[in-house]
Amino acid sequence: MVPSSTRTAPHFSSNRVKSIIGVFAALGIESLLIYALHQYWSTVGLLDTARAVALGLLIAIGLFGMSGCWYASRALIHAQRADKQWRAGHHQAARIDAEESRTHLASLAGIGLAILIVVFLLLFTSANGGKIRQVFLNGDFLSRSRPALLRGFWLNIKIFVTAQVLVTIWALLVAIVRQLPGRGAAPVRLLAVIYSDVFRGVPAVIVIYAVVLGFPLAGVPPFADMQDKDLQRFWLAVLALVLVYGAYVSEVYRAGIESIHWSQTAGARSLGLSQWQTYRHVIVPQAVRRILPPLLNDFIALQKDTALVSFAGLVDIVGQSNLLKNRFFNLTPVFGAALLFLAVTIPFTRFLDYLIRRDQARTQAG
Amino acid sequence: MTEPFIEIKQVHKWFGENHVLQGIDLEVHEHEVVCLIGPSGCGKSTLLRCINALEPIQEGSIRVDGEQASGRGVDVNWLRQDVGIVFQSYNLFPHMTVLRNITLAPIKALGLSKSEATDRAMTLLKRIGLDNKANDYPDRLSGGQQQRVAIARALAMRPRVMLLDEITSALDPELVHEVLNMVRELAADGMTMLLATHEMGFAKEVSSRVCFLYQGKVEEIAEPQEIFSSPKSAHTQRFLKSIIEAGRL
Ligand SMILES: Nc1ncnc2c1ncn2[C@@H]1O[C@H](COP(=O)(O)OP(=O)(O)OP(=O)(O)O)[C@@H](O)[C@H]1O
Ligand SMILES: [Mg+2]
Repeated sequence: MVPSSTRTAPHFSSNRVKSIIGVFAALGIESLLIYALHQYWSTVGLLDTARAVALGLLIAIGLFGMSGCWYASRALIHAQRADKQWRAGHHQAARIDAEESRTHLASLAGIGLAILIVVFLLLFTSANGGKIRQVFLNGDFLSRSRPALLRGFWLNIKIFVTAQVLVTIWALLVAIVRQLPGRGAAPVRLLAVIYSDVFRGVPAVIVIYAVVLGFPLAGVPPFADMQDKDLQRFWLAVLALVLVYGAYVSEVYRAGIESIHWSQTAGARSLGLSQWQTYRHVIVPQAVRRILPPLLNDFIALQKDTALVSFAGLVDIVGQSNLLKNRFFNLTPVFGAALLFLAVTIPFTRFLDYLIRRDQARTQAG
Repeated sequence: MTEPFIEIKQVHKWFGENHVLQGIDLEVHEHEVVCLIGPSGCGKSTLLRCINALEPIQEGSIRVDGEQASGRGVDVNWLRQDVGIVFQSYNLFPHMTVLRNITLAPIKALGLSKSEATDRAMTLLKRIGLDNKANDYPDRLSGGQQQRVAIARALAMRPRVMLLDEITSALDPELVHEVLNMVRELAADGMTMLLATHEMGFAKEVSSRVCFLYQGKVEEIAEPQEIFSSPKSAHTQRFLKSIIEAGRL
């Protein structure tokens, strides 16, 4: 018993109505863009170079906006042709044209959205006669604050690199302690759990206060004996960050170790390798590969959190930008500090994404 | 008769409430090949893993070459130098080349030098025709090749007995024979082996004795012709009948 077919008649939509709307939308967005560009231009400063650069940029944005109109017109042309083909009975050709039309409309939608965002940014930064740009991005203040900012940032880099190396080792120790088998290891296992719970639960700023300000007051050795106060605060800041990030990273390690299937341990132990040799040669090398993305994520966060040491009085980049901000009565130095952080973190994040994608490609292929 | 090489006496094993091995008695003599057969879940893998001390037993005793191999105070790493085991799922180390997979344990556990271990590994690889794959990673090999490398990896420790746990059941049918051939050669060389298998034809051909496990007990143990042509126990008869009906004998 084969049931009788209930297929509907072939359906066709040429996409013409949407294309016509698309054309109007494209024209509307383009005029909005031109208005925003004009607003911006009228607030550009008087410096010749700035004007030239701005003009070039504005023209480029304007031309980019034109492509929206181009896609809209292509969509309309294909839709028209699709209609004609359908009426002539060339159904397949008609569907191909309609599909082309829809593809172009999709491109228009993407470009339109991007333009709207650009319009918003242009209007926002030219509000109040461009005052916002003056406060946040004053070219003159920016170049004058550069040396001090770089000096401050150098301290951040030193703290970051030192802390990162120590975190990598310390967290691995904590993770391994948490995995130790047997009843004898129960107390240290518990300590490791408490440690990572506590330091993941307390805001990093508080730990930094407690360690950097509290340790010298309490005379905690060996830091209290340090003659060079800058060096003392440097190491205390590193210690605070290692305590906080060691807790996070040990969890990452633990997840990585647990993600290695027990059959790998069975394979290694059955060959007569000891528990330690199994960790060292079989489990950890495989776990490291898997945890690299989350590990780097934590390092990016650590890099940014080096800025917190300024709360404890270290003159890092945030400390420097604070001084400069008060001197110029302008936020450009703070903005410059943000730019410096971005100069480090963005390549880092891109690299991370690349690693994740490569890893996915590999696991999917094999 | 000489001392048995593996002597299993009244072994009991529980996984929580699950009484998996219920008083196993079994002896394997030197140069013998004993096949473990039985329905899924009867405890074949568990028994093999207990002999290698990968699982503790709760009662009874296991001796290997006269030495206690179960319970407390056993040097498991030393025991495992004598007892090689190969698993259904190969368990090769994916982050190491084939060569490194084979040389790791001889170097780390036996203390061989790198060149000695490499010589040993290359000899084994040549014997199984995979010396050209020495520097490949396991995931570039076929299942049959991976399983042969896993056997070679266990052999590189020069064990005196090999435990093989359904080493062909994860393989495509056309790859099974290359692995079985390797086991045949080992048997011909006089290697003592205890193997769990679903390949009844192979069990019939290669084994000195066949042991039918049923619900954690040794139901019947006999020479292959005997157990396959005139099984005594009703459970064995039923099991073999179902195997024949499935076309696997
Ligand atoms: N690690 C484990 N934890 C808990 N129970 C287990 C474990 N390993 C095996 N078992 C249980 O022990 C019993 C015997 O399992 P085993 O793997 O030894 O059977 P098998 O004879 O090898 O079966 P198969 O032919 O399917 O491989 C099963 O009931 C199984 O669920
Ligand atoms: Mg099994």
